[in-house]
Amino acid sequence: MNDILQGLARAAKLVVTLNADLVEITLLSLQVSLGAAVIGSAIGLPLGAWLAINRFPARRTVIALLNALMGLPPVVVGLIVYVLFSRSGPLGVLGLLFTPTAMVIAQVIIITPIIASVAHQAIRELWADYHDLLISLEARRHQRIATLLWDGRRALMTASLAGFGRGIGEVGAIMIVGGNIDHATRVLTTAIALETGKGEFDMALALGFVLIGLAIAVNLALHILSRTERGSRW
Amino acid sequence: MVNAMVALDRVELRRGGRVIVGPISLRLGGEGITMAMGPNGAGKTTLLRALHGLERVSSGQIHWDEDARALRERQAFVFQTPILMRRSVLDSIAYPLRLRGVRRGAARERAAECAENVGLRVSLRKDVSTLSGGEKQKMALARALIMDPALLFLDEPSANLDGRSTREIEEILDHFRARGTRIVMSTHDIGQARRLADDVVFMHHGHLVEQAPSAAFFDAPQSQQAKAYLQGDIVI
Amino acid sequence: MTFRTILSAAFAAVLAVAAQAEDMKMSVTTSFANSGLADVLLPEIKKDTGINVQLLIVGTGQALKLGAQGDVDAVLVHAKAAELAWLAEGNGTHRREIMYNDFILVGPSDDPAAAGSAAQATEALSAIAGAQAPFVSRGDNSGTHKMELRLWKAAGIEPQGDWYRAVGQGMGAALNTASGMNAYIMSDRASWLKFANKGDLKLVYEGDPILFNQYAYMPVNPEKHSHAKIEQANALEAWLVSDRARELIDGYTLNGEKLFTFNAKAE
Repeated sequence: MNDILQGLARAAKLVVTLNADLVEITLLSLQVSLGAAVIGSAIGLPLGAWLAINRFPARRTVIALLNALMGLPPVVVGLIVYVLFSRSGPLGVLGLLFTPTAMVIAQVIIITPIIASVAHQAIRELWADYHDLLISLEARRHQRIATLLWDGRRALMTASLAGFGRGIGEVGAIMIVGGNIDHATRVLTTAIALETGKGEFDMALALGFVLIGLAIAVNLALHILSRTERGSRW
Repeated sequence: MVNAMVALDRVELRRGGRVIVGPISLRLGGEGITMAMGPNGAGKTTLLRALHGLERVSSGQIHWDEDARALRERQAFVFQTPILMRRSVLDSIAYPLRLRGVRRGAARERAAECAENVGLRVSLRKDVSTLSGGEKQKMALARALIMDPALLFLDEPSANLDGRSTREIEEILDHFRARGTRIVMSTHDIGQARRLADDVVFMHHGHLVEQAPSAAFFDAPQSQQAKAYLQGDIVI
Repeated sequence: MTFRTILSAAFAAVLAVAAQAEDMKMSVTTSFANSGLADVLLPEIKKDTGINVQLLIVGTGQALKLGAQGDVDAVLVHAKAAELAWLAEGNGTHRREIMYNDFILVGPSDDPAAAGSAAQATEALSAIAGAQAPFVSRGDNSGTHKMELRLWKAAGIEPQGDWYRAVGQGMGAALNTASGMNAYIMSDRASWLKFANKGDLKLVYEGDPILFNQYAYMPVNPEKHSHAKIEQANALEAWLVSDRARELIDGYTLNGEKLFTFNAKAE
């Protein structure tokens, strides 16, 4: 209990004084996880919608695979990305290992199945609702997908947020491919792991509270944005 | 019935090995209001959906008359449970025009007119999910009418509505019939059928039992099932 | 406005590239980083040589692996046998001893196994094994882990049983575990002094020369990995064996205790 209070106090102090290190790793956390969420959404949302609308033989297999990939341990993803991007690996010449880019790549792999799966669920329900109407109105295929994506945008935003949430709280993969290098690839979660390793629980907790606050802030901001959009449709 | 619109030739619809409708053979003319009647599960909805092209016909054929091309190409369907889009009332009604490439401003203007025409007097900026049952039905009707359909299908448009809303909807249908819109609908409400129908298609257990002009049907039904149904008996 | 934006962006890009040229990556052991010495040395290295050393803080096993894969430019570790094997595989150019610190035995404050009264480190371990007192092992193939295994071997004991817990984690995490279980653990002195979550643990045994822990610096072989920054690695080595480094390393204390002893030999 004492640790938690000290952590809260220290978190407050770090935030109020805009501690330079804190700002740096927080910005990198945001940059990496928002980047991964954007890329993961660009892949996962249309994929989910496509799976919801189209019937093809391997559809069930693909969906089962997607659900299985949701549970992929980040540390395994990290290891695979590391082996691929290591100087001795097939993509080593790119020199991306231990850079934020490699971290984004690892997180995209982790969160895309989540985004696609949640999107698939949402679009499938909407498609069941809209099916008769869209067929009756003779909407073309691309019009159907556009309508479903647009009318399902709140649920899709939830899908993207779920992906972002998983990304920003993830440590296993980015620790391996990012390396937790000070002033280069250190983000909130890897910093927390480091501080915990040092036994500096109050600092680790302080960073943890900043992480929680950040996740809440991003969710709230998007919520408010969607409200504004809703109100200003006219 | 001046001219022929569509003819069904031994049409059958099966789902999962079970026959839902048919085999059924009938002809529908090109004018007025055709009322599909019959007890629950008679196949009225399936028949309407098959005519509209929403259901795959398992066997038999549906022949559309050459002269009925305009009807076939400009049809709309109002479902028993209004399909609610996650949109405002105005945008829901405007949606069919948007699909046809009409600009948003123009589509919304037309949508507002259509809402007025069907007597939908609510704030059109509201989400459709907040509408009452009658208002939702009117929204769906307005959405169907915005395309100015030549042929309009309605599946029990006034089920679960109060008397006032039912009358308003019937007035609208009367108005469009007078303007020449061909209407094919189903109903449970015998009074409504008497008020609106020009001819009646009476169905039971997926089969066509009787087809007759409205006056003849209500004065002297030919089949036992229709007689019993019109007397208010439970028809099994 | 636009022109100025483009200009400053281009300028920033050039700067970034220039800065990058002076970056080098070095994998180091957790104990080195946790000691706090890195925080003292890195800014001085940058000031004196212009090299921005990026540390990858991992266990010795992973540190050597990163070097072998060519993902870092140099390694600084403390596990002589593994280092020599690593060099024999052609992964590095040479090995340069820089400094040493020492390992200690940490345990419950009441020292139930009476390990503190042992005359030698191996005796202390025998006492713990004899008492079947809980003992946390790193179990991660790190330098500290290897040292621990060597000591068990020297004591003629094969540690196994309920009391012996291999956690497979870094020094800090292992110390956290020992603190939670109130168990014995072998730690490098620096990590222990820096460790903030001591709980009921205290230092129970120290001082046997067998516990000395030699850190060695090894540049990655540019013949194996042509992209390895051998120039920076050599410049860093020159600095690490300089008098400036001796002054800083020998002068570094934690809670009033000296942690590292500089012992690099001039060439």
